[in-house]
Amino acid sequence: MATRRERARLGNAALYVLLAALLVVVLLPFVWMLSSSLKNNVNVLTVPVQWIPHDWKWTNYRDIWTQIPMAGYLANSALLAVVISFLQVLTGSFAAYGFSKVRFPGRDALFIAYLATIAVPWQAYMIPQYIMMQRAHLTNTFWSLILLQAFGAFGVFLMRQYYLTIPDELTEAARIDGLTDYGIWARIILPLSKPALASLALLTFVNTWNDYMGPFIYLSSNNLWTVQLGLRQFIGQYSADYAMIMTGSVISIVPVLVIFLLGQRYFIAGIATSGLKG
Amino acid sequence: MTTTSVAQVESGRALRAPARGRRLRRRATLIGWSFILPNFLGFALFTLIPVIAALGLSFMSWDAYNPPKWIGLANFTRLAHDPLFWAALQNTVLYAVGHVPLTLALSLGLALLLNRKLKGIQFFRVAIFFPYISSLVAIAIVWNLLFDPSTGPINALLTHLGVANPPGWTSSTTWALPAVIITSVWKDMGYYMILFLAGLQAVPGELYEAAAVDGANAWHKFWNVTVPGLRPTTFFVLVILTVSSFKVFDLIFVMTEGGPGRATLVLSQLIYQDGILNGQFGYSSAISLVLFVMVLVITLFQYRLQNRRQD
Repeated sequence: MATRRERARLGNAALYVLLAALLVVVLLPFVWMLSSSLKNNVNVLTVPVQWIPHDWKWTNYRDIWTQIPMAGYLANSALLAVVISFLQVLTGSFAAYGFSKVRFPGRDALFIAYLATIAVPWQAYMIPQYIMMQRAHLTNTFWSLILLQAFGAFGVFLMRQYYLTIPDELTEAARIDGLTDYGIWARIILPLSKPALASLALLTFVNTWNDYMGPFIYLSSNNLWTVQLGLRQFIGQYSADYAMIMTGSVISIVPVLVIFLLGQRYFIAGIATSGLKG
Repeated sequence: MTTTSVAQVESGRALRAPARGRRLRRRATLIGWSFILPNFLGFALFTLIPVIAALGLSFMSWDAYNPPKWIGLANFTRLAHDPLFWAALQNTVLYAVGHVPLTLALSLGLALLLNRKLKGIQFFRVAIFFPYISSLVAIAIVWNLLFDPSTGPINALLTHLGVANPPGWTSSTTWALPAVIITSVWKDMGYYMILFLAGLQAVPGELYEAAAVDGANAWHKFWNVTVPGLRPTTFFVLVILTVSSFKVFDLIFVMTEGGPGRATLVLSQLIYQDGILNGQFGYSSAISLVLFVMVLVITLFQYRLQNRRQD
Protein backbone atom coordinates (compact mmCIF):
# COMPACT_ATOMS: atom_id res chain seq x y z
CA MET A 1 0.00 0.00 0.00
CA ALA A 2 1.37 3.35 -1.00
CA THR A 3 1.32 5.98 1.72
CA ARG A 4 -0.73 9.09 1.27
CA ARG A 5 2.31 11.22 0.57
CA GLU A 6 3.64 8.81 -2.03
CA ARG A 7 0.30 8.80 -3.77
CA ALA A 8 0.22 12.61 -3.80
CA ARG A 9 3.71 12.69 -5.28
CA LEU A 10 2.70 10.20 -7.95
CA GLY A 11 -0.38 12.29 -8.72
CA ASN A 12 1.75 15.41 -9.10
CA ALA A 13 4.13 13.63 -11.44
CA ALA A 14 1.23 12.50 -13.60
CA LEU A 15 -0.10 16.05 -13.61
CA TYR A 16 3.25 17.44 -14.76
CA VAL A 17 3.34 14.94 -17.62
CA LEU A 18 -0.16 15.96 -18.63
CA LEU A 19 0.70 19.66 -18.41
CA ALA A 20 3.87 19.19 -20.43
CA ALA A 21 1.93 17.39 -23.16
CA LEU A 22 -0.61 20.20 -23.17
CA LEU A 23 2.13 22.77 -23.43
CA VAL A 24 3.62 21.04 -26.46
CA VAL A 25 0.28 21.03 -28.26
CA VAL A 26 -0.42 24.70 -27.46
CA LEU A 27 3.05 25.99 -28.27
CA LEU A 28 3.87 23.79 -31.27
CA PRO A 29 2.77 26.42 -33.83
CA PHE A 30 5.25 28.87 -32.28
CA VAL A 31 8.06 26.32 -32.34
CA TRP A 32 7.31 25.66 -35.97
CA MET A 33 7.25 29.42 -36.67
CA LEU A 34 10.61 29.90 -34.99
CA SER A 35 12.21 26.96 -36.79
CA SER A 36 10.82 28.07 -40.17
CA SER A 37 12.18 31.55 -39.66
CA LEU A 38 15.66 30.05 -39.73
CA LYS A 39 15.24 28.08 -42.95
CA ASN A 40 15.45 28.56 -46.68
CA ASN A 41 12.07 29.29 -48.19
CA VAL A 42 12.19 25.92 -49.99
CA ASN A 43 12.70 24.00 -46.76
CA VAL A 44 9.71 25.47 -44.93
CA LEU A 45 7.25 23.13 -46.60
CA THR A 46 9.18 19.88 -46.92
CA VAL A 47 7.58 16.58 -46.00
CA PRO A 48 8.18 15.27 -43.38
CA VAL A 49 8.53 18.46 -41.37
CA GLN A 50 12.04 19.54 -40.46
CA TRP A 51 11.67 20.66 -36.86
CA ILE A 52 15.34 21.55 -36.68
CA PRO A 53 16.64 23.36 -39.79
CA HIS A 54 19.32 21.48 -41.76
CA ASP A 55 21.22 24.62 -42.60
CA TRP A 56 20.50 27.50 -40.26
CA LYS A 57 19.69 30.67 -42.16
CA TRP A 58 20.39 33.39 -39.64
CA THR A 59 20.60 35.87 -42.50
CA ASN A 60 16.78 35.99 -42.62
CA TYR A 61 16.90 38.16 -39.54
CA ARG A 62 19.29 40.53 -41.30
CA ASP A 63 17.61 40.59 -44.71
CA ILE A 64 14.05 41.30 -43.61
CA TRP A 65 14.91 44.89 -42.69
CA THR A 66 15.95 45.64 -46.26
CA GLN A 67 13.30 43.57 -48.07
CA ILE A 68 10.42 45.48 -46.51
CA PRO A 69 10.46 48.66 -44.38
CA MET A 70 10.10 46.53 -41.26
CA ALA A 71 11.56 49.16 -38.90
CA GLY A 72 9.01 51.70 -40.10
CA TYR A 73 6.12 49.26 -39.58
CA LEU A 74 7.32 48.47 -36.08
CA ALA A 75 7.60 52.18 -35.28
CA ASN A 76 4.06 52.81 -36.58
CA SER A 77 2.62 49.94 -34.58
CA ALA A 78 4.45 51.06 -31.46
CA LEU A 79 3.35 54.68 -31.82
CA LEU A 80 -0.31 53.73 -32.26
CA ALA A 81 -0.25 51.16 -29.47
CA VAL A 82 1.43 53.49 -26.95
CA VAL A 83 -0.74 56.54 -27.67
CA ILE A 84 -4.00 54.59 -27.70
CA SER A 85 -3.16 52.64 -24.54
CA PHE A 86 -2.18 55.83 -22.72
CA LEU A 87 -5.42 57.59 -23.63
CA GLN A 88 -7.51 54.50 -22.82
CA VAL A 89 -6.01 54.16 -19.36
CA LEU A 90 -6.16 57.88 -18.62
CA THR A 91 -9.73 58.60 -19.71
CA GLY A 92 -10.94 55.11 -18.74
CA SER A 93 -9.74 55.24 -15.16
CA PHE A 94 -11.02 58.81 -14.79
CA ALA A 95 -14.49 57.86 -16.08
CA ALA A 96 -14.55 54.68 -14.01
CA TYR A 97 -14.05 56.80 -10.88
CA GLY A 98 -17.11 58.85 -11.81
CA PHE A 99 -19.08 55.68 -12.39
CA SER A 100 -18.10 53.97 -9.15
CA LYS A 101 -17.20 56.49 -6.45
CA VAL A 102 -19.41 59.52 -7.16
CA ARG A 103 -23.17 59.15 -6.70
CA PHE A 104 -25.32 61.35 -8.94
CA PRO A 105 -28.64 61.02 -10.74
CA GLY A 106 -28.53 59.42 -14.19
CA ARG A 107 -25.20 57.73 -13.50
CA ASP A 108 -26.43 54.17 -13.82
CA ALA A 109 -28.48 54.87 -16.95
CA LEU A 110 -25.38 56.36 -18.56
CA PHE A 111 -23.32 53.35 -17.57
CA ILE A 112 -25.85 51.05 -19.19
CA ALA A 113 -25.40 52.97 -22.45
CA TYR A 114 -21.67 52.21 -22.17
CA LEU A 115 -22.32 48.55 -21.43
CA ALA A 116 -24.81 48.22 -24.28
CA THR A 117 -22.31 49.42 -26.86
CA ILE A 118 -19.85 46.71 -25.76
CA ALA A 119 -22.40 44.22 -27.05
CA VAL A 120 -22.76 46.00 -30.39
CA PRO A 121 -20.39 44.47 -32.94
CA TRP A 122 -17.94 47.02 -34.28
CA GLN A 123 -18.92 46.16 -37.82
CA ALA A 124 -22.43 47.42 -37.06
CA TYR A 125 -21.26 51.03 -36.81
CA MET A 126 -18.07 50.81 -38.83
CA ILE A 127 -19.71 52.51 -41.84
CA PRO A 128 -20.92 55.70 -40.07
CA GLN A 129 -17.51 55.95 -38.37
CA TYR A 130 -15.82 55.64 -41.71
CA ILE A 131 -18.03 58.32 -43.28
CA MET A 132 -17.33 60.66 -40.35
CA MET A 133 -13.59 60.15 -40.70
CA GLN A 134 -13.81 60.65 -44.45
CA ARG A 135 -15.73 63.93 -44.01
CA ALA A 136 -13.19 65.12 -41.46
CA HIS A 137 -10.37 64.20 -43.90
CA LEU A 138 -8.82 61.96 -41.29
CA THR A 139 -8.75 58.70 -43.24
CA ASN A 140 -5.23 57.60 -44.07
CA THR A 141 -3.92 59.33 -40.94
CA PHE A 142 -3.11 57.92 -37.51
CA TRP A 143 -5.72 60.29 -36.08
CA SER A 144 -8.56 58.13 -37.38
CA LEU A 145 -7.35 55.06 -35.49
CA ILE A 146 -6.40 56.99 -32.36
CA LEU A 147 -9.78 58.72 -32.12
CA LEU A 148 -11.71 55.52 -32.79
CA GLN A 149 -9.85 53.30 -30.35
CA ALA A 150 -8.82 55.60 -27.50
CA PHE A 151 -12.19 55.92 -25.76
CA GLY A 152 -13.19 52.31 -25.32
CA ALA A 153 -16.27 51.42 -23.31
CA PHE A 154 -14.63 48.12 -22.35
CA GLY A 155 -11.80 50.01 -20.65
CA VAL A 156 -14.28 51.96 -18.53
CA PHE A 157 -16.06 48.73 -17.66
CA LEU A 158 -12.84 46.93 -16.71
CA MET A 159 -11.63 49.77 -14.51
CA ARG A 160 -15.01 50.20 -12.86
CA GLN A 161 -15.16 46.50 -12.00
CA TYR A 162 -11.84 46.91 -10.23
CA TYR A 163 -12.83 50.12 -8.42
CA LEU A 164 -15.92 48.37 -7.04
CA THR A 165 -13.56 46.09 -5.11
CA ILE A 166 -11.98 49.14 -3.41
CA PRO A 167 -14.09 49.86 -0.27
CA ASP A 168 -16.06 53.12 -0.24
CA GLU A 169 -15.01 53.71 3.40
CA LEU A 170 -11.58 54.54 2.06
CA THR A 171 -12.79 57.30 -0.26
CA GLU A 172 -15.23 58.57 2.39
CA ALA A 173 -12.43 58.84 4.93
CA ALA A 174 -10.29 60.76 2.45
CA ARG A 175 -13.19 63.12 1.74
CA ILE A 176 -13.57 63.83 5.47
CA ASP A 177 -9.84 64.53 5.62
CA GLY A 178 -10.47 67.27 3.07
CA LEU A 179 -9.22 65.66 -0.13
CA THR A 180 -11.15 66.58 -3.30
CA ASP A 181 -12.40 63.82 -5.61
CA TYR A 182 -9.60 64.59 -8.05
CA GLY A 183 -7.13 64.22 -5.22
CA ILE A 184 -8.68 60.92 -4.19
CA TRP A 185 -8.44 59.64 -7.76
CA ALA A 186 -4.82 60.67 -8.14
CA ARG A 187 -3.48 59.82 -4.70
CA ILE A 188 -5.55 56.89 -3.52
CA ILE A 189 -7.38 55.12 -6.33
CA LEU A 190 -4.63 55.18 -8.99
CA PRO A 191 -1.92 53.71 -6.74
CA LEU A 192 -4.35 51.04 -5.50
CA SER A 193 -5.49 50.01 -8.96
CA LYS A 194 -2.12 49.14 -10.48
CA PRO A 195 -3.26 45.65 -11.59
CA ALA A 196 -6.28 47.07 -13.40
CA LEU A 197 -4.24 49.88 -14.97
CA ALA A 198 -1.61 47.41 -16.09
CA SER A 199 -4.09 44.95 -17.52
CA LEU A 200 -6.03 47.63 -19.38
CA ALA A 201 -2.80 49.12 -20.74
CA LEU A 202 -1.50 45.71 -21.81
CA LEU A 203 -4.78 44.51 -23.31
CA THR A 204 -5.12 47.75 -25.27
CA PHE A 205 -1.50 47.63 -26.35
CA VAL A 206 -1.84 44.04 -27.53
CA ASN A 207 -5.17 44.65 -29.25
CA THR A 208 -3.86 47.71 -31.06
CA TRP A 209 -0.64 45.96 -31.98
CA ASN A 210 -2.54 42.96 -33.37
CA ASP A 211 -5.43 44.88 -34.91
CA TYR A 212 -5.77 44.06 -38.54
CA MET A 213 -9.10 45.44 -39.70
CA GLY A 214 -8.69 49.01 -38.38
CA PRO A 215 -5.38 49.76 -40.11
CA PHE A 216 -6.52 47.74 -43.13
CA ILE A 217 -9.54 50.00 -43.65
CA TYR A 218 -8.05 53.34 -42.63
CA LEU A 219 -4.39 53.30 -43.66
CA SER A 220 -3.75 53.13 -47.38
CA SER A 221 -0.25 54.63 -47.58
CA ASN A 222 2.54 52.11 -47.19
CA ASN A 223 4.53 54.48 -44.96
CA LEU A 224 1.71 54.45 -42.38
CA TRP A 225 1.26 50.67 -42.33
CA THR A 226 1.54 48.65 -39.16
CA VAL A 227 3.41 45.37 -38.76
CA GLN A 228 0.25 43.35 -39.33
CA LEU A 229 -0.37 44.96 -42.72
CA GLY A 230 3.30 44.92 -43.67
CA LEU A 231 3.71 41.17 -43.19
CA ARG A 232 1.08 40.44 -45.79
CA GLN A 233 3.39 41.77 -48.48
CA PHE A 234 5.26 38.49 -48.49
CA ILE A 235 2.18 36.71 -49.74
CA GLY A 236 1.85 36.99 -53.48
CA GLN A 237 -1.02 35.80 -55.61
CA TYR A 238 0.51 32.41 -56.37
CA SER A 239 3.45 32.03 -54.06
CA ALA A 240 4.77 33.34 -50.81
CA ASP A 241 8.11 33.83 -49.15
CA TYR A 242 7.26 31.72 -46.11
CA ALA A 243 10.65 31.91 -44.46
CA MET A 244 10.49 35.70 -44.51
CA ILE A 245 6.89 35.70 -43.26
CA MET A 246 7.94 33.57 -40.33
CA THR A 247 10.94 35.79 -39.61
CA GLY A 248 8.66 38.82 -39.65
CA SER A 249 6.10 37.02 -37.49
CA VAL A 250 8.68 36.19 -34.86
CA ILE A 251 9.87 39.81 -34.84
CA SER A 252 6.27 41.05 -34.58
CA ILE A 253 5.63 38.89 -31.52
CA VAL A 254 8.77 39.86 -29.60
CA PRO A 255 7.61 43.31 -28.37
CA VAL A 256 4.30 41.90 -27.16
CA LEU A 257 6.05 39.01 -25.46
CA VAL A 258 8.49 41.31 -23.65
CA ILE A 259 5.77 43.66 -22.42
CA PHE A 260 3.59 40.75 -21.40
CA LEU A 261 6.33 39.02 -19.41
CA LEU A 262 7.20 42.28 -17.67
CA GLY A 263 3.64 42.90 -16.57
CA GLN A 264 2.06 39.47 -16.41
CA ARG A 265 1.73 39.36 -12.62
CA TYR A 266 -0.39 42.52 -12.56
CA PHE A 267 -1.94 41.74 -15.88
CA ILE A 268 -3.58 38.48 -14.94
CA ALA A 269 -4.82 39.84 -11.60
CA GLY A 270 -6.35 42.79 -13.43
CA ILE A 271 -8.23 40.89 -16.13
CA ALA A 272 -9.41 38.44 -13.54
CA THR A 273 -11.60 41.02 -11.76
CA SER A 274 -13.56 41.88 -14.90
CA GLY A 275 -15.37 38.55 -14.93
CA LEU A 276 -16.10 38.26 -11.24
CA LYS A 277 -19.16 40.43 -10.87
CA GLY A 278 -21.19 39.28 -13.88
CA MET B 1 -39.08 83.39 23.38
CA THR B 2 -36.99 80.37 23.92
CA THR B 3 -39.74 78.01 22.84
CA THR B 4 -40.46 79.87 19.63
CA SER B 5 -36.82 80.06 18.73
CA VAL B 6 -36.49 76.31 18.97
CA ALA B 7 -39.50 75.95 16.73
CA GLN B 8 -38.06 78.48 14.32
CA VAL B 9 -34.74 76.72 14.23
CA GLU B 10 -36.47 73.39 13.69
CA SER B 11 -38.58 74.67 10.83
CA GLY B 12 -35.63 76.52 9.39
CA ARG B 13 -33.58 73.36 9.38
CA ALA B 14 -36.42 71.49 7.76
CA LEU B 15 -36.62 74.17 5.08
CA ARG B 16 -32.90 74.38 4.50
CA ALA B 17 -32.17 70.65 4.45
CA PRO B 18 -33.67 69.94 1.01
CA ALA B 19 -32.04 73.05 -0.40
CA ARG B 20 -28.70 71.91 0.95
CA GLY B 21 -29.35 68.39 -0.34
CA ARG B 22 -30.16 69.77 -3.76
CA ARG B 23 -27.00 71.82 -3.80
CA LEU B 24 -24.92 68.82 -2.76
CA ARG B 25 -26.55 66.69 -5.39
CA ARG B 26 -25.88 69.31 -8.06
CA ARG B 27 -22.27 69.43 -6.92
CA ALA B 28 -21.98 65.63 -7.07
CA THR B 29 -23.51 65.64 -10.53
CA LEU B 30 -21.01 68.22 -11.70
CA ILE B 31 -18.10 66.30 -10.22
CA GLY B 32 -19.36 62.97 -11.60
CA TRP B 33 -19.74 64.38 -15.09
CA SER B 34 -16.35 66.07 -14.96
CA PHE B 35 -14.80 62.63 -14.41
CA ILE B 36 -16.79 60.96 -17.15
CA LEU B 37 -16.67 63.76 -19.70
CA PRO B 38 -13.20 63.25 -21.28
CA ASN B 39 -14.07 59.66 -22.08
CA PHE B 40 -17.71 60.38 -22.82
CA LEU B 41 -16.92 62.98 -25.51
CA GLY B 42 -14.89 60.45 -27.47
CA PHE B 43 -17.32 57.65 -26.72
CA ALA B 44 -20.37 59.68 -27.80
CA LEU B 45 -18.75 61.05 -30.94
CA PHE B 46 -17.10 57.87 -32.18
CA THR B 47 -19.31 55.09 -30.80
CA LEU B 48 -22.73 56.24 -29.61
CA ILE B 49 -23.56 58.53 -32.53
CA PRO B 50 -22.28 56.06 -35.17
CA VAL B 51 -24.37 53.30 -33.55
CA ILE B 52 -27.49 55.48 -33.81
CA ALA B 53 -26.55 56.63 -37.31
CA ALA B 54 -26.14 53.03 -38.47
CA LEU B 55 -29.67 52.36 -37.34
CA GLY B 56 -31.01 55.22 -39.45
CA LEU B 57 -28.78 54.48 -42.45
CA SER B 58 -30.18 50.98 -42.77
CA PHE B 59 -33.48 52.49 -43.93
CA MET B 60 -31.79 54.69 -46.51
CA SER B 61 -30.27 54.31 -49.89
CA TRP B 62 -26.90 56.02 -49.84
CA ASP B 63 -23.75 55.59 -51.83
CA ALA B 64 -20.65 57.68 -51.99
CA TYR B 65 -21.98 59.89 -54.82
CA ASN B 66 -25.72 60.48 -54.30
CA PRO B 67 -27.46 62.13 -51.34
CA PRO B 68 -29.12 59.78 -48.85
CA LYS B 69 -32.73 58.87 -49.55
CA TRP B 70 -35.27 57.24 -47.22
CA ILE B 71 -36.38 53.95 -48.73
CA GLY B 72 -38.05 52.26 -45.78
CA LEU B 73 -37.59 48.51 -45.70
CA ALA B 74 -36.28 48.15 -49.25
CA ASN B 75 -32.76 47.25 -48.04
CA PHE B 76 -34.20 44.43 -45.97
CA THR B 77 -36.31 42.98 -48.77
CA ARG B 78 -33.21 43.08 -50.95
CA LEU B 79 -31.28 41.28 -48.19
CA ALA B 80 -33.87 38.54 -48.07
CA HIS B 81 -33.14 37.75 -51.73
CA ASP B 82 -29.36 38.08 -51.52
CA PRO B 83 -27.73 34.63 -51.59
CA LEU B 84 -24.44 36.09 -50.34
CA PHE B 85 -26.21 37.38 -47.23
CA TRP B 86 -27.73 33.97 -46.47
CA ALA B 87 -24.38 32.26 -46.99
CA ALA B 88 -22.66 34.76 -44.67
CA LEU B 89 -25.42 34.45 -42.07
CA GLN B 90 -25.18 30.67 -42.12
CA ASN B 91 -21.40 30.73 -41.80
CA THR B 92 -21.52 33.24 -38.95
CA VAL B 93 -24.00 31.11 -37.01
CA LEU B 94 -22.04 27.91 -37.71
CA TYR B 95 -18.83 29.60 -36.60
CA ALA B 96 -20.45 30.70 -33.33
CA VAL B 97 -22.02 27.28 -32.78
CA GLY B 98 -18.57 25.71 -33.10
CA HIS B 99 -16.47 28.38 -31.44
CA VAL B 100 -18.54 29.22 -28.34
CA PRO B 101 -19.07 25.75 -26.76
CA LEU B 102 -15.59 24.50 -27.67
CA THR B 103 -13.85 27.54 -26.22
CA LEU B 104 -16.08 27.47 -23.14
CA ALA B 105 -15.43 23.78 -22.47
CA LEU B 106 -11.69 23.95 -23.12
CA SER B 107 -11.08 27.12 -21.13
CA LEU B 108 -13.07 25.79 -18.17
CA GLY B 109 -11.23 22.46 -18.37
CA LEU B 110 -7.87 24.21 -18.47
CA ALA B 111 -8.83 26.44 -15.55
CA LEU B 112 -9.84 23.42 -13.44
CA LEU B 113 -6.59 21.70 -14.37
CA LEU B 114 -4.44 24.73 -13.62
CA ASN B 115 -6.25 25.84 -10.46
CA ARG B 116 -3.90 24.28 -7.96
CA LYS B 117 -0.87 25.19 -5.98
CA LEU B 118 1.94 23.51 -7.81
CA LYS B 119 5.49 24.53 -8.44
CA GLY B 120 5.76 26.34 -11.79
CA ILE B 121 2.01 26.47 -12.35
CA GLN B 122 2.27 30.15 -13.26
CA PHE B 123 4.52 29.22 -16.17
CA PHE B 124 1.90 26.87 -17.60
CA ARG B 125 -0.82 29.49 -17.24
CA VAL B 126 1.23 32.10 -19.05
CA ALA B 127 2.13 29.67 -21.84
CA ILE B 128 -1.50 28.77 -22.48
CA PHE B 129 -2.46 32.44 -22.43
CA PHE B 130 0.25 33.32 -24.93
CA PRO B 131 -1.62 32.49 -28.18
CA TYR B 132 -4.22 35.09 -27.22
CA ILE B 133 -1.74 37.94 -27.33
CA SER B 134 0.38 36.89 -30.26
CA SER B 135 0.30 38.56 -33.60
CA LEU B 136 -2.85 37.75 -35.53
CA VAL B 137 -1.33 37.69 -39.00
CA ALA B 138 1.49 35.47 -37.78
CA ILE B 139 -0.97 33.01 -36.26
CA ALA B 140 -3.18 32.98 -39.33
CA ILE B 141 -0.25 32.26 -41.62
CA VAL B 142 1.26 29.60 -39.38
CA TRP B 143 -2.02 27.70 -39.05
CA ASN B 144 -2.62 27.99 -42.78
CA LEU B 145 0.68 26.26 -43.38
CA LEU B 146 0.04 23.70 -40.63
CA PHE B 147 -3.28 22.94 -42.33
CA ASP B 148 -1.78 22.68 -45.82
CA PRO B 149 -3.39 19.57 -47.37
CA SER B 150 -0.27 18.11 -49.02
CA THR B 151 2.71 19.52 -47.11
CA GLY B 152 1.26 20.52 -43.73
CA PRO B 153 2.26 18.76 -40.49
CA ILE B 154 -1.38 18.21 -39.47
CA ASN B 155 -2.21 16.00 -42.43
CA ALA B 156 1.19 14.33 -42.18
CA LEU B 157 0.23 13.35 -38.63
CA LEU B 158 -3.26 12.24 -39.68
CA THR B 159 -1.82 10.06 -42.46
CA HIS B 160 0.66 8.63 -40.00
CA LEU B 161 -2.23 7.75 -37.69
CA GLY B 162 -3.89 5.86 -40.52
CA VAL B 163 -6.39 8.39 -41.87
CA ALA B 164 -6.62 7.47 -45.56
CA ASN B 165 -8.02 10.72 -46.94
CA PRO B 166 -7.15 13.59 -44.62
CA PRO B 167 -9.27 16.73 -45.16
CA GLY B 168 -8.25 19.50 -47.54
CA TRP B 169 -8.78 22.02 -44.69
CA THR B 170 -8.58 25.61 -45.96
CA SER B 171 -8.78 24.55 -49.61
CA SER B 172 -11.96 22.53 -49.09
CA THR B 173 -15.41 24.12 -48.88
CA THR B 174 -16.43 21.64 -46.16
CA TRP B 175 -13.33 21.83 -44.00
CA ALA B 176 -12.36 25.49 -44.25
CA LEU B 177 -14.77 26.61 -41.53
CA PRO B 178 -13.73 23.86 -39.08
CA ALA B 179 -10.08 24.79 -39.72
CA VAL B 180 -10.81 28.42 -38.88
CA ILE B 181 -12.76 27.39 -35.76
CA ILE B 182 -9.90 25.18 -34.51
CA THR B 183 -7.45 28.06 -34.92
CA SER B 184 -9.68 30.55 -33.15
CA VAL B 185 -10.42 28.20 -30.25
CA TRP B 186 -6.70 27.60 -29.82
CA LYS B 187 -6.11 31.37 -29.85
CA ASP B 188 -8.92 32.38 -27.47
CA MET B 189 -9.01 29.64 -24.81
CA GLY B 190 -6.21 31.16 -22.73
CA TYR B 191 -8.06 34.42 -22.18
CA TYR B 192 -11.24 32.77 -20.93
CA MET B 193 -9.16 30.36 -18.87
CA ILE B 194 -7.84 33.36 -16.91
CA LEU B 195 -11.39 34.56 -16.28
CA PHE B 196 -12.43 31.10 -15.08
CA LEU B 197 -9.34 30.84 -12.87
CA ALA B 198 -10.33 34.08 -11.17
CA GLY B 199 -13.87 32.79 -10.76
CA LEU B 200 -12.60 29.53 -9.23
CA GLN B 201 -10.44 31.36 -6.77
CA ALA B 202 -13.46 33.35 -5.62
CA VAL B 203 -15.39 30.20 -4.67
CA PRO B 204 -15.06 29.93 -0.86
CA GLY B 205 -12.89 27.00 0.21
CA GLU B 206 -15.20 26.25 3.17
CA LEU B 207 -17.86 25.07 0.73
CA TYR B 208 -15.54 22.34 -0.53
CA GLU B 209 -14.64 21.36 3.04
CA ALA B 210 -18.32 21.18 3.97
CA ALA B 211 -19.01 19.04 0.91
CA ALA B 212 -16.10 16.75 1.81
CA VAL B 213 -17.52 16.34 5.33
CA ASP B 214 -20.83 15.34 3.77
CA GLY B 215 -18.96 12.66 1.84
CA ALA B 216 -19.27 14.23 -1.62
CA ASN B 217 -17.03 12.81 -4.35
CA ALA B 218 -15.16 14.91 -6.91
CA TRP B 219 -18.05 14.93 -9.37
CA HIS B 220 -20.56 16.02 -6.70
CA LYS B 221 -18.22 18.74 -5.56
CA PHE B 222 -17.84 20.00 -9.12
CA TRP B 223 -21.57 19.92 -9.80
CA ASN B 224 -22.82 21.27 -6.47
CA VAL B 225 -20.08 23.70 -5.47
CA THR B 226 -17.95 24.67 -8.48
CA VAL B 227 -20.69 25.09 -11.08
CA PRO B 228 -22.95 27.32 -8.94
CA GLY B 229 -19.93 29.27 -7.67
CA LEU B 230 -18.80 29.94 -11.23
CA ARG B 231 -22.21 31.10 -12.45
CA PRO B 232 -21.44 34.87 -12.69
CA THR B 233 -18.14 34.15 -14.45
CA THR B 234 -19.75 31.68 -16.84
CA PHE B 235 -22.41 34.23 -17.72
CA PHE B 236 -19.80 36.91 -18.40
CA VAL B 237 -17.66 34.54 -20.47
CA LEU B 238 -20.66 33.33 -22.45
CA VAL B 239 -21.77 36.87 -23.32
CA ILE B 240 -18.32 38.11 -24.31
CA LEU B 241 -17.62 34.91 -26.24
CA THR B 242 -20.90 35.04 -28.15
CA VAL B 243 -20.54 38.71 -29.03
CA SER B 244 -16.97 38.22 -30.20
CA SER B 245 -17.95 35.15 -32.26
CA PHE B 246 -20.61 37.03 -34.12
CA LYS B 247 -18.25 39.82 -35.03
CA VAL B 248 -15.34 37.63 -36.11
CA PHE B 249 -13.45 39.06 -39.07
CA ASP B 250 -9.67 39.45 -38.81
CA LEU B 251 -8.63 35.84 -38.38
CA ILE B 252 -10.89 34.47 -41.11
CA PHE B 253 -10.04 37.28 -43.48
CA VAL B 254 -6.31 36.65 -43.20
CA MET B 255 -6.63 32.86 -43.28
CA THR B 256 -9.11 32.35 -46.11
CA GLU B 257 -10.44 35.76 -47.27
CA GLY B 258 -13.90 34.23 -46.95
CA GLY B 259 -13.14 31.40 -49.34
CA PRO B 260 -12.86 28.96 -50.91
CA GLY B 261 -15.86 30.29 -52.79
CA ARG B 262 -17.99 31.68 -49.99
CA ALA B 263 -17.32 28.85 -47.55
CA THR B 264 -16.00 31.10 -44.78
CA LEU B 265 -17.64 34.40 -45.71
CA VAL B 266 -19.07 35.91 -42.50
CA LEU B 267 -21.40 38.88 -41.94
CA SER B 268 -18.59 41.25 -40.91
CA GLN B 269 -16.78 40.65 -44.13
CA LEU B 270 -19.94 41.21 -46.14
CA ILE B 271 -20.51 44.51 -44.31
CA TYR B 272 -16.95 45.51 -45.13
CA GLN B 273 -17.30 44.51 -48.79
CA ASP B 274 -20.65 46.20 -49.41
CA GLY B 275 -19.98 49.26 -47.28
CA ILE B 276 -16.33 50.18 -47.56
CA LEU B 277 -15.39 48.56 -50.87
CA ASN B 278 -18.60 49.05 -52.88
CA GLY B 279 -19.73 52.25 -51.14
CA GLN B 280 -23.25 50.96 -50.52
CA PHE B 281 -23.56 52.53 -47.08
CA GLY B 282 -27.29 52.01 -46.65
CA TYR B 283 -27.37 48.39 -47.73
CA SER B 284 -24.39 47.40 -45.64
CA SER B 285 -25.87 49.21 -42.62
CA ALA B 286 -28.94 47.01 -43.04
CA ILE B 287 -26.69 43.95 -42.72
CA SER B 288 -25.17 45.55 -39.60
CA LEU B 289 -28.60 46.00 -38.12
CA VAL B 290 -29.38 42.32 -38.64
CA LEU B 291 -26.09 41.41 -36.97
CA PHE B 292 -26.79 43.82 -34.10
CA VAL B 293 -30.31 42.53 -33.51
CA MET B 294 -29.07 38.93 -33.52
CA VAL B 295 -26.39 39.66 -30.94
CA LEU B 296 -28.84 41.67 -28.84
CA VAL B 297 -31.48 38.94 -28.84
CA ILE B 298 -28.95 36.27 -27.89
CA THR B 299 -27.48 38.45 -25.14
CA LEU B 300 -30.92 39.22 -23.69
CA PHE B 301 -31.82 35.53 -23.88
CA GLN B 302 -28.64 34.63 -21.97
CA TYR B 303 -29.42 37.35 -19.44
CA ARG B 304 -32.95 36.03 -18.86
CA LEU B 305 -31.62 32.51 -18.47
CA GLN B 306 -29.04 33.69 -15.95
CA ASN B 307 -31.64 35.58 -13.90
CA ARG B 308 -34.07 32.67 -13.89
CA ARG B 309 -31.36 30.32 -12.62
CA GLN B 310 -30.52 32.70 -9.81
CA ASP B 311 -34.13 32.82 -8.54
